[in-house]
Amino acid sequence: MSDARPTRRQQYEANLRRRALWRAGISSAAFVLAIIILVPMAPGWVAVKKSFFNWDILQRTFPGLLKAFVWDVAIFAWSMPLIAILGLALALARDAHSPGLFPLRIGAIAFIDIFRGIPVILVVFLIGFGIPGLGLPRPWNSPYIWGTVALVLTYSAYVAEIFRSGIDSVHASQRAAATSLGLGHGDVMRFVVLPQAIRRVVPANMNMLIALQKDVALLSFIGPVELLRQAGVYKSLLANFTPYVGAAVIFLFITIPATRFADHLLARQKRARS
Amino acid sequence: MKLRLVDIDKSFGANHVLKRFSLDVDEGECVCLIGPSGSGKSTVLRTVNLLEPVDDGQILLDGVDIAEPGLDPQPIRQRIGIVFQSYNLFPHMTAADNVKLAPRRLLAEAPAALADRVGGLFETFGLSGHMDHYPDQLSGGQQQRVAIIRALAMRPEIMLFDEVTSALDPELVGEVLDVMRRLRDQRMTMIVATHEMDFAREAADRVAMLDGGQIIEQGAAEALLTAPARQRTRDFLRLDRSK
Repeated sequence: MSDARPTRRQQYEANLRRRALWRAGISSAAFVLAIIILVPMAPGWVAVKKSFFNWDILQRTFPGLLKAFVWDVAIFAWSMPLIAILGLALALARDAHSPGLFPLRIGAIAFIDIFRGIPVILVVFLIGFGIPGLGLPRPWNSPYIWGTVALVLTYSAYVAEIFRSGIDSVHASQRAAATSLGLGHGDVMRFVVLPQAIRRVVPANMNMLIALQKDVALLSFIGPVELLRQAGVYKSLLANFTPYVGAAVIFLFITIPATRFADHLLARQKRARS
Repeated sequence: MKLRLVDIDKSFGANHVLKRFSLDVDEGECVCLIGPSGSGKSTVLRTVNLLEPVDDGQILLDGVDIAEPGLDPQPIRQRIGIVFQSYNLFPHMTAADNVKLAPRRLLAEAPAALADRVGGLFETFGLSGHMDHYPDQLSGGQQQRVAIIRALAMRPEIMLFDEVTSALDPELVGEVLDVMRRLRDQRMTMIVATHEMDFAREAADRVAMLDGGQIIEQGAAEALLTAPARQRTRDFLRLDRSK
């Protein structure tokens, strides 16, 4: 069947694909050509090219930028597990229905409302400048610590809501089946609901990770010399914006593959469900 | 062991599902509940397993009222197994892990002994080749049999079956009914909500016809299914039409 002559449907579809490919090729070429011709015709192009796309400066600053990027990766890496743990704890606290845990529930709701409601940069400022302002001794005045805290607080509020939607998405019949066997509330959650819930929200949490990776750059405002800060230093030093372009390229190097990976996970999940 | 439901009332909002519902089940007895959709069959089973609290009335298990509000339901649920129409296996666990979860958490049984016992159950019900399969790798009939094994692994005194073959392809119904016949032959106490009249006729000690949240008629299977006293039962079984 497979090595036989293509069917009429296959021939027709191959034909369609060929024509679609041609059209996409021609329109893309026209678009690129227009940019190449039109952009340099802008009056400020020569100046912009010199101060943003200066190959010489990029080469000189790129190794330093990469070195600074290690800090972004490090802050990201230790924030991530903290966010996952706190986010899950908040999600569980928010759904706690025992009357003794009422304060915990209210606390979790207030926490999530507050930290989802304030711009990240404000949290970074308030915590990053405010707490070291208490005059704490080293190392407890480090902007690395308090910057991390600011990110963890903000992101765990979002992640908590994602986990909660995952928990809600597990069908009531699953709880009923587990409950009917005599399992207690904690066991039902731990062995039946959470494993399914966490798996379902992996793609959504991947998107949060990508956002987090970028928001680490906000810590540059309170001190840590990470990528954005380092690019700013070079900019002042060399009176040229090219290091910013370099920084952008470095971020994309991480975030684009991560985005594709998240999309891949999402697509796989969709296939598995249908 | 004897189960008595006495004057059970249960409403979902304005929907009065069980109206002073009463039923006695003796040890080793197999009772089939028949009746139209919405007559309360499922609700009876779910209240016995304490998945739904009753509004009023008593459920006496060995003379103890298990429907008493505030009673810890967990130890009672362990004594009563239930199997659902839609299997409700845990999709992220293998068949064997589905079965082992509750005994592992609730019964004081050595892991090796539990593994042996669970292996034996799979063997008995012809599923020993599927222990490491996930639910989505099993057919509906196999999944439902695993669900039955999962309930049996807690060594229940009573088994409740809530239309367990209704979601199955016709050709898979037989394998599940076979499992239930074996349980009946072992004198397991069973309450079976079912639309399988042939199974009821052959396996039930007693058949109860439900309508509007009450038992309108009950008796020995053969008698009730061939010559019911009530016109409502005759209509439900379509006895007049076949003549």
